[in-house]
Amino acid sequence: MRATDILRFALQALRGYPVRSWLVLLAMAIGVAAVVLLTALGEGARHYVTGKFASLGSHLLIILPGRSETTGGHPPILGETPRDLTLDDAFALLRSPRIERVAPVVLGSAPASWQRREREVTVIGSTSAFRRVRHLDLAEGDFLPIMEPRSAPAICVLGATVRAELFGPERALGQWVRLGDRRYRVIGVLTPQGQSIGLDLDEVVIIPVTSAQALFDSPSLFRVLAEAKTREDIASAAADVREIIRHRHEGEEDVTVITQDAVIATLDRIFQALTLAVGGIAAISLVVAGILIMNVMLVSVSERRQEIGLLKALGASGGKIQVMFLTEAALLSLTGAFLGLGLGLLGVWTGRELYPVLPLAPPPWALVGALAVGLGAGLVFGVLPARRAASLDPVQALAGR
Amino acid sequence: MIRLEAIRREFQVGGEPVHALNGVSLTVERGEYLSIMGPSGSGKSTLLHIIGLLDRPTAGRYWLAGRNVTGLSDQERALIRREKIGFVFQLFHLVPRLTAAQNIELPLTLDGLPPEKRTDRVQSILAAYGLAARARHLPNQLSGGERQRVAIARAAVTRPEILLADEPTGNLDRASGREVIELLERLNHEGLTLILVTHDPELGSRARCRLQMRDGCLLADGEAR
Ligand SMILES: Nc1ncnc2c1ncn2[C@@H]1O[C@H](COP(=O)(O)OP(=O)(O)O)[C@@H](O)[C@H]1O
Ligand SMILES: [Mg+2]
Repeated sequence: MRATDILRFALQALRGYPVRSWLVLLAMAIGVAAVVLLTALGEGARHYVTGKFASLGSHLLIILPGRSETTGGHPPILGETPRDLTLDDAFALLRSPRIERVAPVVLGSAPASWQRREREVTVIGSTSAFRRVRHLDLAEGDFLPIMEPRSAPAICVLGATVRAELFGPERALGQWVRLGDRRYRVIGVLTPQGQSIGLDLDEVVIIPVTSAQALFDSPSLFRVLAEAKTREDIASAAADVREIIRHRHEGEEDVTVITQDAVIATLDRIFQALTLAVGGIAAISLVVAGILIMNVMLVSVSERRQEIGLLKALGASGGKIQVMFLTEAALLSLTGAFLGLGLGLLGVWTGRELYPVLPLAPPPWALVGALAVGLGAGLVFGVLPARRAASLDPVQALAGR
Repeated sequence: MIRLEAIRREFQVGGEPVHALNGVSLTVERGEYLSIMGPSGSGKSTLLHIIGLLDRPTAGRYWLAGRNVTGLSDQERALIRREKIGFVFQLFHLVPRLTAAQNIELPLTLDGLPPEKRTDRVQSILAAYGLAARARHLPNQLSGGERQRVAIARAAVTRPEILLADEPTGNLDRASGREVIELLERLNHEGLTLILVTHDPELGSRARCRLQMRDGCLLADGEAR
């Protein structure tokens, strides 16, 4: 029997029971579509989150006061409190040849007011390097100028929301904004930045770091952002940072250095595992669809006993009958799988149109995997019914027994 | 052509053996026209199934065209059925979702014949059997006589050497029954070995060679050996 004839015969048989065939197709299609959609969601989330972190700036190192114990190491010695990070610590980091620039960060909140309008804002104290490190763009005016770091001019840069809420349609540049009990002249306004890992840059007012230390009456830094010269330098830059700080803190390595790379790599792994798990769970529905195929084929075999008996009388061997019924199962699962692929991709496309922020994209391995598992399930579960058909006794089958 | 030697066939029914065939010996020459008559349950169908290699005897030996086919594998038996044997059943056994033409084409398709050759042969046999106008009809759109003629066309289209017909007129009225028998006899005239099982003495008596069966045994009526 020719392959095309086997296919045609199987197709005709499936069309003979349209409702049953469509139900099986639907089950398989839903399974494959589920795998495609869920893995696309997982991948989308992965790209979204790692993208957010990547947008923090390239080659970024974040230096926090206090030693993180999550990396293991010695338990903290009782009574030891981590030393604060100071401006001197921050600028000392520039001694490392692998560090391009350093932005000390002081963080606090204060009421901001202009004329009669007032609101609570997050105040960031930093230097001109902050703009470069965080890739900030300005809508109006200038960012903090390059200056002697310890000078504390009363100038500020406003986040987009702060500007809109304090000034409305009026001109902000050159105006004096009150933060706590001090006044600062507005020299620039940021473009809208959106949420960026725990900090809404639209809600901030940025002032020189020394001004912020004076405002909050504290010399300690919230953290230090440093930028390595190249991507390859990140690891050795982190080592340099630890070395410099240990030197300055009398042998105590009491800072935590987070490299952006490490964060992204960790998140990447977490989300990949998540995608895999979700895809695997969805793949169970493919196995269910396979079992459904088995069921439907078993019913079909018992309903078509006389036909099977006839085929045998006409000289079809058991092996040929097995191939014919296996082809039906394969056709069901393959068609269903491709239908599901289409549905899933349509769903992904729709999702992308509706939520362009989330870069939904099913990973290629999920597409291939869903098709393979679907087809495999159909074939594996098709074997039993096909064997049963092949092993029917022709005389009994012809009698419908 | 066909030689059976002491063929026995037992069925187990609830632990009790039922002897459907009790040592049947029979020789059928090429081109013979043989009728097997007898009451229901006497073993006619069982004998026909064994001759057609659809069933295996419990004991005895069987030569077909000079070859001992008693112990052949399922696959070898299927091949012989495909090449040498045509069946016609009382219940027609047409595939309900296939048209008359497709039903006739089925054994050629199983043979792996190229489509053009299949169409040619199906068309000519449809015309020869007066079924050309029915080619695209499904079995449930055909009369009983037409269905059986389609079934005979399906059995004959592969040009087998032996045609085995089990009560082919059992479900037909007299007129269509006669048409069917005449068609089978025409095939016999063309050289096919025809074995006809029937319990209608009038039809059975038309055969050159007539056998009677009782309780799984052939009676020496005619040329039983
Ligand atoms: N599959 C079977 N299982 C048990 N008994 C059977 C089976 N097939 C046939 N028989 C028995 O064998 C005997 C002969 O049956 P069969 O050849 O069909 O007779 P006929 O065709 O002459 O009516 C009957 O007694 C029948 O009950
Ligand atoms: Mg019978």
